[in-house]
Amino acid sequence: MLWYIARRIIYLIPTLLVVSIIAFVVIQLPPGDFLASLISKAEETVDQAQVDALRERYGLDEPIYVQYWKWISGIITKGDFGRSFEWDKDVSDLIWERLGLTVVISLLTLAFIWIVAIPIGIYSAVKKYTIGDYVVTVIGFIGLAIPNFLLALVLMYIAFRYFGQSVGGLFSPEYIVADWSLDRVLDLLSHLWLPVIILGTAGTAALIRVMRANLLDELSKLYVDAARARGLSELKLLFKYPVRVALNPLVSAVAWVFPALVSGSAITSIVLNLQTTGPLLYRSLQAQDMYLAGSLILLVSVLTIIGTLVSDILLAWIDPRIQLQ
Amino acid sequence: MTADAYPATGDGASASAEVQAETRIVVANQWQLIWWKFRKHRLAMLAGLVTILLYVVALFAEFVAPYSAGTYSAQHTFLPPQSIKLFQWTDAGWRFYPHVYGHKVQVDPESFKRTYIVDETITYPVGLFVRGEEYKLWGLFTLDFHLIGATQFGDPVHLIGTDRLGRDVLSRTIYGTRVSMSVGLVGVGLSLLLGVILGGISGYYGGLVDNLIQRTIEILRSLPTIPLWMGLSAAIPLTWPPVRVYFAITVLLSLIGWTTLAREVRGRFLSLKTEDFVIAARLDGVREMQIILRHMVPSMTSHIIASVTLAIPGMILAETALSFLGIGLRPPVVSWGVLLQEAQNVRSIATAPWLLFPGLAVVVAVLAMNFLGDGLRDAADPYQT
Repeated sequence: MLWYIARRIIYLIPTLLVVSIIAFVVIQLPPGDFLASLISKAEETVDQAQVDALRERYGLDEPIYVQYWKWISGIITKGDFGRSFEWDKDVSDLIWERLGLTVVISLLTLAFIWIVAIPIGIYSAVKKYTIGDYVVTVIGFIGLAIPNFLLALVLMYIAFRYFGQSVGGLFSPEYIVADWSLDRVLDLLSHLWLPVIILGTAGTAALIRVMRANLLDELSKLYVDAARARGLSELKLLFKYPVRVALNPLVSAVAWVFPALVSGSAITSIVLNLQTTGPLLYRSLQAQDMYLAGSLILLVSVLTIIGTLVSDILLAWIDPRIQLQ
Repeated sequence: MTADAYPATGDGASASAEVQAETRIVVANQWQLIWWKFRKHRLAMLAGLVTILLYVVALFAEFVAPYSAGTYSAQHTFLPPQSIKLFQWTDAGWRFYPHVYGHKVQVDPESFKRTYIVDETITYPVGLFVRGEEYKLWGLFTLDFHLIGATQFGDPVHLIGTDRLGRDVLSRTIYGTRVSMSVGLVGVGLSLLLGVILGGISGYYGGLVDNLIQRTIEILRSLPTIPLWMGLSAAIPLTWPPVRVYFAITVLLSLIGWTTLAREVRGRFLSLKTEDFVIAARLDGVREMQIILRHMVPSMTSHIIASVTLAIPGMILAETALSFLGIGLRPPVVSWGVLLQEAQNVRSIATAPWLLFPGLAVVVAVLAMNFLGDGLRDAADPYQT
């Protein structure tokens, strides 16, 4: 088991390397650079000597691979992600809190998905082809079909129209810039339910289908009949064997649910104005703030890769049938 | 089978009907079997019809829409939807007279905000196949017939209301069908090309090539798609013409979309490689290319069609999301995502909730394609009953 984990972690290194290159190339793609867009926006003429000095300072004239090398070696050795041009701050000062909030929202949503999807999936499989099953299936499909941001807009509109409150943001105004305290955490929790529900619908719908299909496969197996023949009560029978087996694929589903959550939260956060990585990335891309944008893409990718790894390890740990070779 | 096919005795008519049905199944080809099975799936049939309808609307957008996508009217900005009344009651009784009510405008003297009050004394007759604005269908025929609209050319009839420039939301949504539905098709076409070639190579040759392609797929799949798309589409220059942006976006979408299809194709290749009929063909000395094209590809096409159908809604959603953020397609191109951009914040939705109508179109399209794909997948699976 330890050997398996160690090998998976070693495999991680080339993946991370490739991901970091992709992230860097992506942010290099737009024509021009931050200084060019700054100059085009500036109202008065900019002193050419000053521009050259800035260019020199940020190393913008060097070839791409040199820039990449400086950037990546700074990250690995000093945890220095470069400097944000737009904010005139170190990138690492800007991202950690937002990254933390992204992780919190994603994990909470994951928990929400499981808590909702597993019981409904079990119900839907046991009561196959009943009205309840059809209702759940249809709601599930609709949940899959509604884009996150549309759901966010509709819920915001309902909250605004019928409850007279605006529900955007993660904090009440007085806590936005406050230091972390118990009150701030409670305030955060009271704002989190909406993004969690919005982000969770699609995943919940998908997991209900997976759970239902898995459990249906298991329920028709002989060991279920055998257990029933021995006089186990239906409820005990259900939870003792088939449900446990059917849960395994749900663990492996984390591997694709997690990237989808991080990815989906990008747009939802922009609509709901949440202080996560999404809106920051959006703005930095528009301003061609390349080190900020690149670092965000890199870190968000690393986050999903780690999520995938954790789910693989969990799966290997729970399911003895998985061969570790 | 033979015993069934030649019943010794029995009640003649029903038995022979059974025999006929049996032989029909035995001699039917793969596509007929799939079609029979698919037909039993009511929901998938309905979804298939809706999908076809959407593409028909996309083809004949100019005819179906009451107005052109760009027609605007400064006097009718943010006009609320007008519902069609089929009958009119007068003192003389009632008569069949499809119409909508007109509006009286009130301008707030302080904020200059316009409010519309329904005026039941003004009626605008509405009809099917009415004459309206001229248009060129597919750039070939000049016509002025519209499926639905005001009977008298020039009457302000806006069934789903208008946007901030007084453009008809229904017409724009109909025009948006064209771009939104085709982005999915073109994107999936590109993904399919990449997926089949790379997945096929991966599954057929195995070894180092397979390993390399599989690792690439794993890396691409572990990347969060939306941030990556955001980064890539930010690279599309603002100066590009709309058509070029459109193709750039579809290429971006398929850049990640191909991985799912490649996995599917590879899996199929791997499982088919050891099937008896492939081994038999090989033992008979059929050439490799012949085996792939004549024996293996036909038995996986149905699966590929199913997974392609399931991949389209994802592309439609992605295009909508990107355009909604303003980094995908941009006006003057009309797509559902571009239209939803008008409804980007609570304030604009509060003044004009009908601007969310294109969102309904997205949901219907995605639902239909999902059900259709599900049905096709079930029908294509010979082991499922």
